[in-house]
Amino acid sequence: MTTRLDAPSAPPTTARTARKLSDRVGRVRELGILVALALVVVPTALVNPRFIQPQSLRDLLLNASIVALLAVGQTLVVITRNVDLSVGSVLGLSAFLTAQQFADHPGTPLLAGIGFGVAVGLACGLLNGLLVALGNVPSLVVTLGTLYVFRGIDYALAQGRQVNAADLPDALLDLGSARVAGVPVLVLVTVVVIVVAAVYLRSYRSGRELYAIGSNPDAAVLAGIPVAKRTLTAFVASGLVAGLAGALWVARYGTVDAAAGTGLELQVVAAVVVGGVAIFGGSGTVAGAALGALLLGTITSCLVVLRIPAFWQQAIAGALLLSAITVDRLLALRLAKALRKSEGSSHA
Amino acid sequence: MRSLLRWETALVFLLVVVALGGQVSTDGAFLSGGNLFYLGLDIGEIALIALPLTLVIVAGEIDLSVASVLGLSSALIGWFWNAGWPLETILPVVIFIGALAGAVNGLLVTRLGLPSLAVTIGTLALYRGLALVVLGDTAVADFPAAYTAFGTTPVPGTNIPYPIALAALLAVLFGIALHASSFGRSVFAIGANEEGARFSGIRVKRIKLSLFVLAGAVAAIAGVVYTFRFSSARADNGLGLELAVVAAVLLGGVSIFGGKGSLFGVLAGVLLLGGLRNLLILQDTSTEVLTIVTGLLLLVSVLAPSITRRLATLRKATT
Repeated sequence: MTTRLDAPSAPPTTARTARKLSDRVGRVRELGILVALALVVVPTALVNPRFIQPQSLRDLLLNASIVALLAVGQTLVVITRNVDLSVGSVLGLSAFLTAQQFADHPGTPLLAGIGFGVAVGLACGLLNGLLVALGNVPSLVVTLGTLYVFRGIDYALAQGRQVNAADLPDALLDLGSARVAGVPVLVLVTVVVIVVAAVYLRSYRSGRELYAIGSNPDAAVLAGIPVAKRTLTAFVASGLVAGLAGALWVARYGTVDAAAGTGLELQVVAAVVVGGVAIFGGSGTVAGAALGALLLGTITSCLVVLRIPAFWQQAIAGALLLSAITVDRLLALRLAKALRKSEGSSHA
Repeated sequence: MRSLLRWETALVFLLVVVALGGQVSTDGAFLSGGNLFYLGLDIGEIALIALPLTLVIVAGEIDLSVASVLGLSSALIGWFWNAGWPLETILPVVIFIGALAGAVNGLLVTRLGLPSLAVTIGTLALYRGLALVVLGDTAVADFPAAYTAFGTTPVPGTNIPYPIALAALLAVLFGIALHASSFGRSVFAIGANEEGARFSGIRVKRIKLSLFVLAGAVAAIAGVVYTFRFSSARADNGLGLELAVVAAVLLGGVSIFGGKGSLFGVLAGVLLLGGLRNLLILQDTSTEVLTIVTGLLLLVSVLAPSITRRLATLRKATT
């Protein structure tokens, strides 16, 4: 009698425990970043109260927004169990070409010029996506190759020249410093991109399929998901966003040479992983990745405020990336263990 | 195996084409003694690092931090030298630290089961960052001539630069380890099927760890070579060199998926890459174009197997 009553109730309990566990871990991840942010900001603010004045906070958001943008595109790629190491080079190429476009054709409308930068990024992303989706080669190696190819093209086109703020239209430079209700426009653009990507990943079938591809590529093929097409989409999105980031880079900094964005891919990958996107694919949110970018940017600013030499920055970025993947792995292992245990107890 | 042999034949053929083409297009300057000596110097570090990296990639892993270990060892040489240490002490210590850096990679990969790609992107930044912390953006250059001669003079009685002689010696050792020992057979087995290798009693973790340690130690040796060749210890020495090394190894026919490859092919790959770069330099090509060519070679060498497979299925479908 008891067994007949207990048996049907067991599976839902298992599922609920599993969901509760994954929920908890999910919540802990994004909460964790907020806690880390507080841990970084509060002591720095105590040492130097100017750190939390509105202008400093605006600068903080501005500095983080470009990495956050790139992190959103990278999230789409990493969720599919790939990686795009070429984003820094795509940003550099797009930034230089956009700046050159504005400098050579002073009459270029603002949106057309930015659209040009986005198109450059889209073309780079398309190439990456085609090579990865059709070549059956790990995206790491492909994008390591294009990282250098795009950067080399950038240098070859620039030939040591740089575009200065004086050569750029005021409308573009204004965009870099403009605010709406006290919030910089670049930050608003980043927020819009985050929201669009988040809605796509959450509510669209093709967005959900990116997660399916990342958690189990073979099963995704068997389930009839067009894996190559979706992977291509993810890389195109990453390139497109990197192109937009390149155009905004011009608006923000005004002066552009071929070296813009060199080494940025490391910060972006670090931000994504710190933000709780699993490097093995299949899980993570764009909001988490953007928070990760904000955390990394805040740490960099704190180093400046606390007068720690800039030489430490790269070492800290590397150490953060390593700790993030380690924590990510340990959490996954613990979750797997807990799931196994709850399954075992329900069968007993 | 047969396709592998064909790939190596193709490499040797390409080498001959590049050598003859270079010889004709440069009016005999390419194969002159002076240029070959320079070419040898230019590929010394790449050849050195490519040896252990071949084993790492055959075992199905990757190490992107090698160029940063080179930079770290260079920075440490400068730092210890400034602190007044004698070079006889500095060099073994630096090579030991390189091995430690490799061990950190290996432990993170084997103990935590993390992907080596992610780990070594992290340590790529970490080790380069530590090099900057140690030496900042200064350069240390006042090394004794007996050491800097290592990079400018040939082995007495020959036209062979010391770094190439060292690489040749290590190539023989690594060649025996990979192709003529049970250790090498285990490395291939791990790369082909890690699970299977574990079930057949191969100590997968220990072997992988030792490969990362080897890669770190040899990268540090390459850092010593680099420092004395330019008689300059700098934190940014060898920046971006990981691209050239990975490109050379994959160009040499080593499969990025592990389990396939030969050290002979890699040596041919190093020579081909170095020869092409040298030829471009002789033609006054800019470094940007060198970078583009290196990147393209990497793309072509990873895409080639899948392209040939596709062509083969196409041919089968049409006949």
